[in-house]
Amino acid sequence: MEQFIGLLAANLLSPVVLFFVLGLTAALLRSDLEVPQAVAKALALYLMLAIGFKGGAEVAAHGADLRLLASLLLGMLLSFAIPFIAFAFLRGLGLLGTTDAAAVAAHYGSISIVTFAVATDRLAALNIDYEGYMVAVAAAMETPAIVSGLWLAHRSAVAERGGNGALWREVGLNGSIVMLVGAFAIGWASGQEGLAAVSPFIVDPFQGVLCLFLLDMGLVAGRGMRGSQRQIGLRLVGFGVVMPLTSALLGAVAAAILGLSAGGAALLITLAASASYIAVPAAMRLALPEAKPSIYLTLSLGVTFPFNISLGIPLYIALGQWLA
Amino acid sequence: MKTHRKTRIEIIIEAPLLNRLTDLLDRTEVGGYTILPAMAGRGEKGSWDRKGQVTDAGHMVAVVCITDPQRSDSIVEALYDLVSRHTGIVCLSEVEVIRSEKF
Repeated sequence: MEQFIGLLAANLLSPVVLFFVLGLTAALLRSDLEVPQAVAKALALYLMLAIGFKGGAEVAAHGADLRLLASLLLGMLLSFAIPFIAFAFLRGLGLLGTTDAAAVAAHYGSISIVTFAVATDRLAALNIDYEGYMVAVAAAMETPAIVSGLWLAHRSAVAERGGNGALWREVGLNGSIVMLVGAFAIGWASGQEGLAAVSPFIVDPFQGVLCLFLLDMGLVAGRGMRGSQRQIGLRLVGFGVVMPLTSALLGAVAAAILGLSAGGAALLITLAASASYIAVPAAMRLALPEAKPSIYLTLSLGVTFPFNISLGIPLYIALGQWLA
Repeated sequence: MKTHRKTRIEIIIEAPLLNRLTDLLDRTEVGGYTILPAMAGRGEKGSWDRKGQVTDAGHMVAVVCITDPQRSDSIVEALYDLVSRHTGIVCLSEVEVIRSEKF
């Protein structure tokens, strides 16, 4: 407990989280503070490039093994299974209709790469090592949840019918996935030498860029909260907190089965607990346009993301350490 | 100066659907089109804003094309199949152009 409180205090006072709080507060107070859209997109690309490259270089240094393959498969299984649990929660408690519940469920099965980035940042600050291939696991966990979310919606015949190649091409080639997987492959191919060559660009400035990005995320989350207060009741907010904790437990079970290191387990738990706000919303707009973005984006970005980066990550790190 | 009557089709649509729309327009007899970013607005499902990088899912774009009135019906029918379930607007208006052969 004492260890968790220490982790929590260090996390809440980290520049990354404080910048998020600054953005959130500014948006809630209707400040005109703004990160230009093009800059914010470039920051997101940078973060994915840096995370992917470092993960790839790490795999090149330590080699790929069966555990990598098993982690990929179990990660995908988690992503596929979590929407069913989220859907059961949402429908069982009568929180949302079928279409919105299916869309929200898909978001909770998929992952948030920024939450992952914050977790890696915290692990680095605590000098806790983790398996580099967790980046590949993150990329693999992006899309299976979309399959289950759409299947859940199909049952009520509202989603775009399966077999639509265009949808899967668009989802698979989503910019964030291409950047992450591409940078991972480049990092793997170029190894530690490649990493050393680009280190001044992708290692040293990483935390500063993450701060700026989190400032923008705070602004976006705050604007979302302000605009969607009527759509999100207290019970849905409760779901936004309980669901990541439930998924975290599943992630912990998977990490124990895989025998991951403390850092690797913390990252897999974080991935399971995080909710998407990049790849899945775009897929839902294409395949399930009847679902309300004001519900799924607010829940994912306005409730679960702040919870994860403030309280969740220290908890997931403590859980990872306990497991290892 | 002599002008020629044409039909202007304006489509305001969710950004994730843009590729599908342009693919469709490329397959139809529309001579060309222009894509414009939409900044912000409000509709039946609430307001939306271009601010915030997180996803294009909440963004809207406007696509404008000008075509011969005889071809506009078939184009609008094809458009309807694509956009009918989605948030957005399709509207047609009569316009005068100077160079008829371009449309």
